[in-house]
Amino acid sequence: MRPQGPGTGAKVSSIVITLGIVSMLTDISSESVSAILPLYITGVIGLSTIAYGFLDGIYQGISAFVRIAAGWASDRGGQPKWVAFFGYGLSAIARVGLLFASGFAALTAVITVDRLGKGIRTAPRDALISASSDAGNLGRSFGTHRMLDTVGAALGPLLAFVILFLIPDGYSTVFVVSLAFALLGVALLGIVVPNIRPAERPAETQPAETQPAAPRFRWKQLTDPRLRRLLVAAGLLGLFTIGDGFIYLLLQTRGAFATQWFPLLYVGTNLTFLALAIPFGRLADRVGRARIFVVGHLALLAAYVVAALPVNGAPLTIACLLLLGVFYAATDGILAALASQFTPPEARATGIAAAQTVVALSRLVASTTFGLLWFLYGSQAAVIGVAVALAIVIPVVAVLLRGPARVRDDA
Amino acid sequence: MTGRSRWWLLSAIAALVVTAATVFGVGEWRSYQALQAAPSSVDVATGPSLSGPRVIFRNTAVGDDYGRVAAVPLDDPGAPRAVSDLECDRVDATSERTVCLRTVRGVITTFEATVYRADGTHESSWPLPGIPSRTRLSESSRLVATTAFVTGHSYVAVGFSTETVVTDTVAGTSANIQEFEFTVDGRRVTSPDRNMWGVTFAADDNTFFATATSGGRTWLVEGDLAARTLVAIKEGAECPSLSPDGSRLAYKKDLDPGADARWAIAVFDLATGDEIVLPGDQSIDDQVEWLDDGTVLYGLPRIDAVGDNDIWAVAANGTSDPVVFIERAMSPAVVREG
Repeated sequence: MRPQGPGTGAKVSSIVITLGIVSMLTDISSESVSAILPLYITGVIGLSTIAYGFLDGIYQGISAFVRIAAGWASDRGGQPKWVAFFGYGLSAIARVGLLFASGFAALTAVITVDRLGKGIRTAPRDALISASSDAGNLGRSFGTHRMLDTVGAALGPLLAFVILFLIPDGYSTVFVVSLAFALLGVALLGIVVPNIRPAERPAETQPAETQPAAPRFRWKQLTDPRLRRLLVAAGLLGLFTIGDGFIYLLLQTRGAFATQWFPLLYVGTNLTFLALAIPFGRLADRVGRARIFVVGHLALLAAYVVAALPVNGAPLTIACLLLLGVFYAATDGILAALASQFTPPEARATGIAAAQTVVALSRLVASTTFGLLWFLYGSQAAVIGVAVALAIVIPVVAVLLRGPARVRDDA
Repeated sequence: MTGRSRWWLLSAIAALVVTAATVFGVGEWRSYQALQAAPSSVDVATGPSLSGPRVIFRNTAVGDDYGRVAAVPLDDPGAPRAVSDLECDRVDATSERTVCLRTVRGVITTFEATVYRADGTHESSWPLPGIPSRTRLSESSRLVATTAFVTGHSYVAVGFSTETVVTDTVAGTSANIQEFEFTVDGRRVTSPDRNMWGVTFAADDNTFFATATSGGRTWLVEGDLAARTLVAIKEGAECPSLSPDGSRLAYKKDLDPGADARWAIAVFDLATGDEIVLPGDQSIDDQVEWLDDGTVLYGLPRIDAVGDNDIWAVAANGTSDPVVFIERAMSPAVVREG
């Protein structure tokens, strides 16, 4: 069943940890800005427009397309590090733009560039993580990376609010500090992380910039039936994965506790995510990644049920946040690990990008549909409907993924 | 590059970046401290708080009174302002009550709405889901409307949406007007991106006007609290404000629809349907307050200073250019009696 005894034997590579720190620095940078952006937009720029929300769907579409393109470019050129570097760099440049952006159009442009950067870097970076890990500890490696990443997501807003607490109008200070973290991340990636070609065939590996015309990537390398099944499974589950935002809104309509802490509910989710990312990754290496992926969606189902309960109060709100955290810990890194497992090394970034894109697009459909149901039938009926649908899909997916969970990893 | 020189390069970059950010941050903190220590940059009255007809507002003059609620006599807006201890982001008041929306700053930042009695004592408060946007009391002081942004943690989460709640202080009930039945030209709008904000109340304590949006279009709506309905009466008007005589609405009108809004104030006659766009060069993003039946007030950011505003006055019939009414102030509320 398992290629090399307990998957916990192999240590997490220092490259994975470095990539985790790069992500942490970048997340401190981006989340510190996202946390205060609403305050900044309404308080300083003086916009009350909500047109912003409408553009969001378009950005998500662009981001999904860019993600696949970046994965493909990374595989084809054999330069995952530099494609990821370009993505991180683009987001850092967007931070410079923030310092000068005044007005809605400028701000929108800056955020678009930031999102593009995020779309570009994700798949090549995950391919690097995968290439620097043993097949037996992929779950643990991705877990470690996601843990560090989430530490950044938790620290960023905290840092931003501390700055605003000390300097109430210190938005420019937040932007400068954010830029500093982004630059640190880019520098660390550029200087320290080696460009590991996922196609580990030293005999054929030439510096790719001298011969980009000798790609090893073929689209038909993505025809592994296990990858296809994963894409179908992830897409099916994604169709019933509504954004956390909706769950928070649901909790908020339920009671004063959730309203008062509304801006901070995600912190509860993030803390659980970061605490559990490594344990779940290790567990996934041991008992099967597909299995943990399915278990994660059971936690999501439980979160829906808790959110739909007609009672309110702090304990239920907290339970819901914990369940959401479990969901992320058991699915986010695991998905990348599963996609790596089912993709040959030379097509890995594209394979990971494909899985992440399927998830992103299906979740976009889920959130749009859910929003519609929310207003047609009310929030409670809508969430119960989604919970029932998810309860039906989970066993189907469990069967669909059962084969791959038992198949040995390619090494 | 050797391993060692890589680390040297990285350390050098890190030192440079961290130093630059720290120097900037400390500089900003120092200049904020200096501003705080400075006496208020406008004349401040001392003595008992103001009673009688007055304009209350959020004081935005830099100095130790920044962000506090202040008042000037209605007949002498240029007089030194009487500053209270109350800190609010948005404020509205009648002779009986004051409603204050505020950001409770901290490492954990939260938001709340508080109602105070005429004597300044605390009556009730409740949490808001995000940044305060608009608030209005009905003329009888019975109804309170609050609009706050519902801010998710990231710009991906839910996008921007608003929550507008009308609270009946006598009945002790509150209603989220987004749940009301909303119709445009007789057709019900159920789209999930609906949003409502900027309430103004009529004298009957049941009828109100507000803004509704869906699919990138914006409507002025007339609401009925008892029937829980919203009916669109005009497209392209935001943040209405009913004149004291109840005959006209002043609102923001986007003169240049597109991503970059350019809002002017327009006055709409409810009986005739005539609309007059008032003169003014700067884009206005505020809910207008009527000084009297002939003049409207609104806040505008000062171009030269971040976070500072002036309250402007302009004739409601469009016959004169706007003039500064109260310097370094925003969120005006006219208390006509008491």
